[in-house]
Amino acid sequence: MEDADILFGIYCPPHPQPLLSPEASDGYAKLRQAYDTCRERIENSDADLIIVYSTTWPSIIGHQIQAHPEPEWVHVDDDFHYLGSMPYKFKMDVDFAECLRDSAKERGLHSRTIAYEGFPIDTGSVVALKLLNPDNRIPACIVSSNMYANRAETIVLGKSIRDALAKQGKKAIAVVVSSLSNRMFTEHIDPTEDRIHSPKDDEWNRKILEFFADGRLEDLSQLSREIHGQIRVQKVVAYKPAWWMAATMGQHNNYQGEVLAYEALHGSGGAVVTLTPSSGSFGDKEFDEDDVEYYHGDRDVLDKGML
Amino acid sequence: MPKGEIVLGCLAPHPPHVVYAENPDQNEPVSEGGWETLRWGYNRLARKLKTIDYDALVIFTPHWQTYIGTHFLGLPEFKSKSVDPVFPNIFRYNYDIKVDVELSEIMREKASEHGIITKMMRNQDFRVDYGTITSCHMLNPDWDKPIVTISSNRNAHYYSAEVMNEQAAALGRACAEAIEESGKKVVLISSHSLSHRHFVTESPLPEDMSREHIYNHSQYVWDMKLVDLMREGKMRELIDILPEFTEQTIAETEAGGLTWMMSAMGFPQYSAEIYGYQSVIGTGNLVAAWDPNAVTREIVL
Ligand SMILES: [Fe+2]
Repeated sequence: MEDADILFGIYCPPHPQPLLSPEASDGYAKLRQAYDTCRERIENSDADLIIVYSTTWPSIIGHQIQAHPEPEWVHVDDDFHYLGSMPYKFKMDVDFAECLRDSAKERGLHSRTIAYEGFPIDTGSVVALKLLNPDNRIPACIVSSNMYANRAETIVLGKSIRDALAKQGKKAIAVVVSSLSNRMFTEHIDPTEDRIHSPKDDEWNRKILEFFADGRLEDLSQLSREIHGQIRVQKVVAYKPAWWMAATMGQHNNYQGEVLAYEALHGSGGAVVTLTPSSGSFGDKEFDEDDVEYYHGDRDVLDKGML
Repeated sequence: MPKGEIVLGCLAPHPPHVVYAENPDQNEPVSEGGWETLRWGYNRLARKLKTIDYDALVIFTPHWQTYIGTHFLGLPEFKSKSVDPVFPNIFRYNYDIKVDVELSEIMREKASEHGIITKMMRNQDFRVDYGTITSCHMLNPDWDKPIVTISSNRNAHYYSAEVMNEQAAALGRACAEAIEESGKKVVLISSHSLSHRHFVTESPLPEDMSREHIYNHSQYVWDMKLVDLMREGKMRELIDILPEFTEQTIAETEAGGLTWMMSAMGFPQYSAEIYGYQSVIGTGNLVAAWDPNAVTREIVL
């Protein structure tokens, strides 16, 4: 299989404040600005496709792929309905959705496309697509997050996305919609007083962002279970976004990372991050091999720090 | 004004499969039936409801999930289409729902007085969740009574199943007080399955009953334990072991509905009416009712 072409990846939060009330706090405005920066970068890229993996679209019957050519509705968030409605009309790459379904099946996954008028596209996908691709200049593909899937399935799902991209020769932007720490305040708050729920959540978020900034996506993928245990409210079995993103983007640590914003969203950790595949940083990460195909002897990492 | 009262409590599971199998005009997909044990039980309970004098249905649903407090529907009418995000192939239902906003507001107020974080939902574009629609359709297919939907605050996720139990019970007490003050006769609905492990694949014909069975035997044994306690009228005991049941069978009781309803009804010490138990895509589903009126209370099954 020839290599898939992911131009860059974006990690962004699912809550609607950056879309519906960016003016309500400096933090929300910064997140919005970061989204706008990503939007411009997408506009300036020659991407054929935006692929969205949203943690707010759970599925049960395998992996669902949105395949309505122009899904249109007015979405309202379950918690933040008072911030307003989110009318949307998106353009989906149906060809790609069908190819992805077949690619996923070839890798042993149960998957299906769905194309129904009025299907409820989730808050995270609506927020991301409205902010990142407001004029539908580039068609999109949205994949669900299966409730029962764990590491193996999620990584294989990412690989099947690479298969589909390679088959169709398309250049894509990979978008993960997920909070970092996901504990929100359980009461209504003044947006100007929004902050990360706890210092522990904040410390972990910052550690994750260090990894992102260093381009260490595969390392984050390896840390996923630890992250889930430490700062994820256990709504689902695992913290899957890092697995999906790493698998979709090639399972290595060789990216140019950029943290565009990190702010609280009703207590949860909201970050907008980009990761661009690079060739410059190969082998300079703590846990990164020089070459995963051939063994070139010990790297003597322990010696290097010695006096 | 005479005191309001709870005239019936219903455990009403909401797999959209049962509406699909009934083939009502409102649902777009067409089926060849299926899940009769559950549907016929539902039909019988719906007939009983027709004989009861009541003003509104109040439903607690796991599919309006809120993390910031408990929310209440707060507009008089919602008309739209509900498409199930998990089973869109079988549930695309055109609904037109009337809400008893007055009752909704009294309940929200009472809950708030009891220290529960609350919010009225007043966005006209809001889509009513498919749990509400499925349970209400099966209990009252004529839709001739107003409803109130109460969201499920996900305390189990943020704290523990025990905390969820406590908070749902507090909400139940507040709702019972509100109903009393409202002067209305109200039917409560706790909308959920019992054990809740799904199959992750679906047969080509979803209603192919040759494929339907409980996900595993331990789920079944737990479900039957709960049914036994219901028959024996031991609802306090049942709610006490609910955290363990919920954890072991990843039950949909995690949302708090049953605890809320039982608390509102004062933890009945009389037998529940059992209308039917059947698996749907592997999950355990029971239709049951608690009738506070000893004269009309029946042994159904
Ligand atoms: Fe459900």
